[in-house]
Amino acid sequence: METGSPENTGTAGDDQAAAEPGWTGLPPGLLHMRRLLLVVWLGLLAVGLGLLLGLLAGPGWAAFALLPLGLIAWGWVMLGRNWRSWRYAERADDLLISRGVLWREETVVPYGRMQLVEVTSGPVERHFGLASVQLHTAAAATDATIPGLDPAEAERLRDRLTELGEARSAGL
Amino acid sequence: MTTPGVDDAVRERRPVAERRLHPVTPLRRAWAPVAVLIGWAVHDPDQAQRHLTRLTTTTLLLALAVLVPAAALYGFLTWWFTHFAVTDSELRIRTGLVFRRTAHIRLERIQAIDITQPLLARVAGVSKLKLDVIGTDKKDELAFLGADEARALRAELLARAAGFAPETAHEVGEAPSRQLLRVPPGVLAVSLVLTGATWGTLAAAVVVPTVLWLATESVWTVLASAVPLLGAAGASSVGRFVAEYDWTVGESPDGLRLDHGLLDRAHETVPPGRVQTVRIVEPLLWRRRGWVRVELDVAGSSNSVLLPVAPREIAESVVARVLPGATVPPRASLSRPPRRAGRCMPVWWRGYGLSVTDAVFAARTGLFRRSLSLVPHAKVQSVRLAQGPWERLWGVADVHLDTGANKTVTARLRDAEEAAELLRGQAERSRTGRKDARPDRWMA
Repeated sequence: METGSPENTGTAGDDQAAAEPGWTGLPPGLLHMRRLLLVVWLGLLAVGLGLLLGLLAGPGWAAFALLPLGLIAWGWVMLGRNWRSWRYAERADDLLISRGVLWREETVVPYGRMQLVEVTSGPVERHFGLASVQLHTAAAATDATIPGLDPAEAERLRDRLTELGEARSAGL
Repeated sequence: MTTPGVDDAVRERRPVAERRLHPVTPLRRAWAPVAVLIGWAVHDPDQAQRHLTRLTTTTLLLALAVLVPAAALYGFLTWWFTHFAVTDSELRIRTGLVFRRTAHIRLERIQAIDITQPLLARVAGVSKLKLDVIGTDKKDELAFLGADEARALRAELLARAAGFAPETAHEVGEAPSRQLLRVPPGVLAVSLVLTGATWGTLAAAVVVPTVLWLATESVWTVLASAVPLLGAAGASSVGRFVAEYDWTVGESPDGLRLDHGLLDRAHETVPPGRVQTVRIVEPLLWRRRGWVRVELDVAGSSNSVLLPVAPREIAESVVARVLPGATVPPRASLSRPPRRAGRCMPVWWRGYGLSVTDAVFAARTGLFRRSLSLVPHAKVQSVRLAQGPWERLWGVADVHLDTGANKTVTARLRDAEEAAELLRGQAERSRTGRKDARPDRWMA
C-alpha cells in the first residue's frame, strides 16, 4: 500500500534517485544474436544471388551480390546503435524503458498498474540464452517489453515486478 | 479485509437462490425465421412466386406443424436452462442447452449496468439488463426480465457492488436520482442539422446514385449504391435523433444515470470512479451557439456518449460531477505547442493544446472540430514519450497517456524538454492521484 522508497535506497536519496534513474543496458547476447542472424541470412542471400547471376547472366552481373554485403555492413552498425539505445531503470514506484535511435520512445509503467508480467523465450532466443520480459497493463497500448535479457535476470525482474506490483496494486 | 469473507463463502457453500428469466424470453428470436423467409422472397421474387403457387394447403400445414413446435421447444429449453443468481460477491449466469456456459461476474468489477428496452420489449413490459465487465468483448446480458424485476436487480447489484452488507442490499432499494439535465428535442434536432456528418452522408446518398445512373443507366447498380448510402444517412441523422431523443442525465449515489431513446429506451448507470477519459467535442458549426458534445470512455463499455448536445457551462458542470475534483481547464489556460511545431504539422499545430491541473491531464486536438480529452491522473496506466527524427530536428516530442479503456490521449508536439518534464511529472502525479482515488466499493 505504501508508496515509499524500497528498502535498498534511503529516503534521503529518493529524490535524487528519481531524478537520476540507475539505467541498466541490455547484455551483449542480444546484439550477438541479431548480428549473427543478419550475417547468416544476408550472407546466404549474397552467395545465392552471386552464384545465380554469375552462372546465368555473366560474371559482371554477379557484382549485384555486393548489395546484400553492403546491407550487412549497414545493418551491423544499425543493430549496434539500436542495441545501445535500449535501457531500463527500476525506480521506486515505476519501471522506465527507453529505446530507439531515430524513433525514440520512453515508457513509464507504474508498478501498481501492472496486470501481468510475462517472460518469453523463443527457440532461437533460448539457444542464445536469452529471454524477454513483457509488462501488461489494462491498456493494450502499453508497449513495455525488455528483450534479450539473461534468463536469470529476466526471472529476477519478473519476481521483483510482481512483488512490487502486489505491494502497490491499485484498481482501475 | 475481503479475503476472510470470500473464504467463508467458499467454505459454507450456502445454496444460492437461482432464478429464471421472464417467460416471454423464448419469443425473443421468434421473428428470425420470418425474417429469413422475407429476405429470401425479396432476394428472388420470381422463384418465390413459383414456389408459393406450388405450395398446397397440406404441405403448408405440415411444415407449420413441424417447424412451430420445434422452434417453440428450442425456445422453451434455452429459457428453461438459463438461470442466474446473485451471491454476496458475484452474479452467476448459467446458460446453454448443448454447450454449457457458466459466468461468474465479480460485483466490484462491474463497470456499468444498463437496462435497455427495445420497442417490442416495451410493449411486452420486459427489459434487458446488460453488464459491462473489463476484458469481455461481448456484454453479458440478462434478456429478458420483467421491467420491475430488472430495476430491482439493478438496484441490488449496485448496492452490493457499492459495498452494502449482503443482508441489507435487498432493502437498500433504488438509490434516489436527481435530474441534472434534459436535452430538449428541438435542440437535439438543430444540433444534428448543424453536424457536418449528416450533410456529408446525405450528399453522398444523392450524388453517388445520380452519377451512377448517368454513367450506367442500370437500375440495379443505382439501387445497390443508394440503399446502403441512404441507410448510412438515415443512421447518422434520424437514427441518432431517435437514439438520443429525450436524453436525461441524473445523479444518484450509485453514479450517473443516463436515460434516452424514442423507440428503444436505454437506462445506463455508470458507477462512480469508473470513467477513464472524458472528451468534450465541439464541431465547427456548433461554436457560435456555444454547444458541445461530451463523450466518455469506461473500461469494457461501448457506450460513449454522456451528453449529445449541451451548452458549454452546463456540460462543464456535468463533467465536474463525472470526474470528482476536476474542473475543465478554460480555453485560455491551454498552452499551444511552440511555433516551430508548425514545421512538423503545418496549420493544424494551432489546434493542439495542453493543460495539466491537479486532477486531470487535458489535451486538445483538431482545428475545426475541436476535441478536448481529459484524463484523471489516477486513471493513467502508462506514460510514453515518442520522438521521431523530424520531430527531434525541431526539438519537439509527443507524450502519450494510455488509459484502462484502451484509449490513448496524446499531447502532440510539445517542446522536447517540456515533454521530458511531463513524462516525469505525469508518472509522479498518477501515483499520488491513485492514492486519493476512491475504492472500488464506493460506499465502503
